[in-house]
Amino acid sequence: MKPPPFGYAAPCTLEETLGLLAELGHDAKVLAGGQSLIPLLSMRLTAPHTLVDINRIPGLGGISITPKGSVVVGALVRHAELLADESAHSANPLLRRATSQVAHPAIRNRGTTCGSVAHADPSGEMTAILAITGGSVRVASAGGGQRDVSATDFFLGPLESSLRPDELAVSVRFGAPAARTGSAFLELARRRGDYAMCGAAVTVTLDEDGAVSDVRAAYLSVGPVPEVHDLSAAVTGQPYASADWVAAGALAASLVDPEGDLHASADYRRRLVAVLTERALAQAAADAVARTQEAASCL
Amino acid sequence: MSLIEEQFTVSLSVNGTTRPVTVPARRLLSDAIRHDLELTGTHVGCEHGVCGACTVLLDGAPVRSCLMFAVQAEGHAITTVEGLADANGRLHPVQEAFRDCHGLQCGFCTPGFLTTIAAALEEYEPGADVSDEEAREIVGGNLCRCTGYQNIVKAVGRAQEIRTERAGRADGDAATSAGR
Repeated sequence: MKPPPFGYAAPCTLEETLGLLAELGHDAKVLAGGQSLIPLLSMRLTAPHTLVDINRIPGLGGISITPKGSVVVGALVRHAELLADESAHSANPLLRRATSQVAHPAIRNRGTTCGSVAHADPSGEMTAILAITGGSVRVASAGGGQRDVSATDFFLGPLESSLRPDELAVSVRFGAPAARTGSAFLELARRRGDYAMCGAAVTVTLDEDGAVSDVRAAYLSVGPVPEVHDLSAAVTGQPYASADWVAAGALAASLVDPEGDLHASADYRRRLVAVLTERALAQAAADAVARTQEAASCL
Repeated sequence: MSLIEEQFTVSLSVNGTTRPVTVPARRLLSDAIRHDLELTGTHVGCEHGVCGACTVLLDGAPVRSCLMFAVQAEGHAITTVEGLADANGRLHPVQEAFRDCHGLQCGFCTPGFLTTIAAALEEYEPGADVSDEEAREIVGGNLCRCTGYQNIVKAVGRAQEIRTERAGRADGDAATSAGR
């Protein structure tokens, strides 16, 4: 369980890094937190020619909130930092709900949120959160070019993103929740902190009379990419307190197409989608009410 | 890739002592600590971040030393299990608690538990209560095949008691010397 030999570069500027990535192309792999990459190296599942360590680049850290309430997380922000960040939590409580479920504290102290997204693991919590918040990834390449890639366009398949070999993901942006919207995140793993057999990130939006107007869900460990499903049809117009969340869970189960593996069969995962969706939606609706009251009391 | 790997000289600051090591880039921090610095208190279990035996403190925060390269550790302060006891050799509260509560059997996983719990308890003021549920959350990322965890969970609570006792004693000493 030792990594294969590789070349190592630890550039100190973004320009130098992008230059290296442009020069090395497919031979290079970016090392940030390394909590997914180093196990892959140790298990010899990947053998890049050169690791480009971005940990010494200043200016890639930091969490900021945009005027519209999106949360922008720099490439070197560790999960633990996002978890503890109060401004990010008040802008979008879903981030802390999900980040707290990412592995264990020791992994969260080192692993980066941006790297977790760039890794594009469909069992990763933050990929689902990026998808359901309608977020995007900012990527930079040599020559000063930057582009924002929406979550929909970013995730192509398991461990596969549209990030090109000469590009670096410099930050991720999690979209702001709409007004009167609550969220919840639930996952089930065999052991605390393990990869979830299934996880659900959901949002519920209420109208001004407290009736359900919009319901969305994204799942982990259920499909090749974190798809966002619109479950509104099952519950739109129903009062939040008596909405038929079971029906919404059943609708979700009919929309997903999970694969079975050693940890859980496809049927079991589909059942988990139904159950976790039902539970999460009830929580999210209560959260929507709480947030709406909070917003009203601030006026 | 050439047959001879490029070597990097890195200053590793471990338990307050800085020493240079010359290693290839792929040398895991866990191996640098054990083989290059010969600090064999840090144990290596799974080598892919699951078991927690190799946990060390990086600037005070627990990390898996098998999920970092030694070349990345320059400029950081590392604490291993050897660095938990104080300069006079008095055991760290967590170490004392593990002894009191029979929190270890074979001892293989113990260094990872000790470092993880020591860092987690820093989040609590002496005197604050650590519930069993919180204790389980603290040790949730570490595997032990011997104990069944019950005594480890007890040791977390006991360690917090010892911290509280020691803090009380330190306050008492301060009051005594102030009165002199």
